[in-house]
Amino acid sequence: MTDLGALVPRNRAVHPPAYAPDYKTSVTRSPSLPLLSLESGPSEETGPVFGHNRFGALDNNLILNWSKGAAPAVGERILVYGRVLDERGRAVPNTLIEIWQANAGGRYRHVKDTYFAPLDPNFGGCGRALTDDQGQYQFLTIRPGAYPWPNRANDWRPMHIHISVYGHSFGQRLITQMYFEGDPLIALCPIANTIRERSNLDRLVAPLDMTMARPLDFLAYKFDIVLRGRRQTMFENRLEGL
Amino acid sequence: MVQSLNNLSETPSQTAGPYVHIGCMPTFAGNAGAYDEEIGTSPIADGVTGEIIEISGSVFDGTGTALRDAMLESWQPDAGGLFPGQPGADPAVSGLCRFAADGVSGEYRLRTVKPGGFSGRGGKWSAPHISLWIVARGINIGLNTRIYFDDEDNSADPLLNAIELKVRIPTLIAKKTGPGQYRFDIRLQGEGETVFLDI
Repeated sequence: MTDLGALVPRNRAVHPPAYAPDYKTSVTRSPSLPLLSLESGPSEETGPVFGHNRFGALDNNLILNWSKGAAPAVGERILVYGRVLDERGRAVPNTLIEIWQANAGGRYRHVKDTYFAPLDPNFGGCGRALTDDQGQYQFLTIRPGAYPWPNRANDWRPMHIHISVYGHSFGQRLITQMYFEGDPLIALCPIANTIRERSNLDRLVAPLDMTMARPLDFLAYKFDIVLRGRRQTMFENRLEGL
Repeated sequence: MVQSLNNLSETPSQTAGPYVHIGCMPTFAGNAGAYDEEIGTSPIADGVTGEIIEISGSVFDGTGTALRDAMLESWQPDAGGLFPGQPGADPAVSGLCRFAADGVSGEYRLRTVKPGGFSGRGGKWSAPHISLWIVARGINIGLNTRIYFDDEDNSADPLLNAIELKVRIPTLIAKKTGPGQYRFDIRLQGEGETVFLDI
């Protein structure tokens, strides 16, 4: 795995626009002037490396990690697994994935969440993992509940898991959300629908995968993630002016 | 029909939401102890070479209100301009820091080593800077920008020189307020809007 050339410029058409007024908070938090476009340099083409030694054995097991293995969280037990790839379809190994989510009742363990659905004493809601040499990752967790939020008068977020990925360079940094196949709230959600084309939103919807479910234990959902790629040609590192 | 390119398309971004700290900064979310060691708590370790500086500021929305739920990440080279992993880089510089706008005041604080300038592709010299990535509720895709320093020579920097509207250049330059102290406010929208990067 060699990281050499400049990052492929982002195709911003697949991403939500900054200003998406149905998601009300974006109205005052969206830049109104154009972004400055430049070729990437060392600041974007380098990035942090995370060693396995910093990770605990339960870091990717949200059913058990908050109670340190003492008691399981309540809810629908699921495996969330997938691969991290770049735009050329190559695996992105040894990269950090972090997730966070509400509990089965839609309540977040955060000082600012005041929804009256109760906290689960055995559920924290955060997990992290490094991809293996094939770019694969997995988490064991419980399926999060939908929850109401102050946007329009009766808006509810679909069930979702927040996902943060690094890749191998700071310019690949990405945060997104994973939704669940068949959830009728996806079509109603102003955040999901900040994405302009339905085909791109569909790429955030994880299918149920019975082949990875474990009988009498958990169901499984697959979620692959694609990060920006890098140009790699024999003409890449020519000297200026040649 | 022509051949298929077989390329994949980047996964679409979504907002980090108001509870991003649960996953990235558990202690800030009120969940200390979630991990034995949290990621990005400091970009430097003891024994770092160079000048220790502290940068503070706020992230303001289009009404001039400071965000109290933003998370920022910084990425930078060491005092000699080398990034972690490059040969000869200072082992006491991890380069990455995660920090948050305070939940009450909206102030952030970044304690780090002042980065050195470096030579990029084509031999162009970049003035010392720290890369920033900002996510929050209401921000649909993370915003990239850079912190430069007003006590450095920024005149030849290729990125600053690519800003066509010269009046916008100062939005990327931190102001020195005392020994080792800098102020860098970020304005997401409107008057004095910070330059954000597609890079």
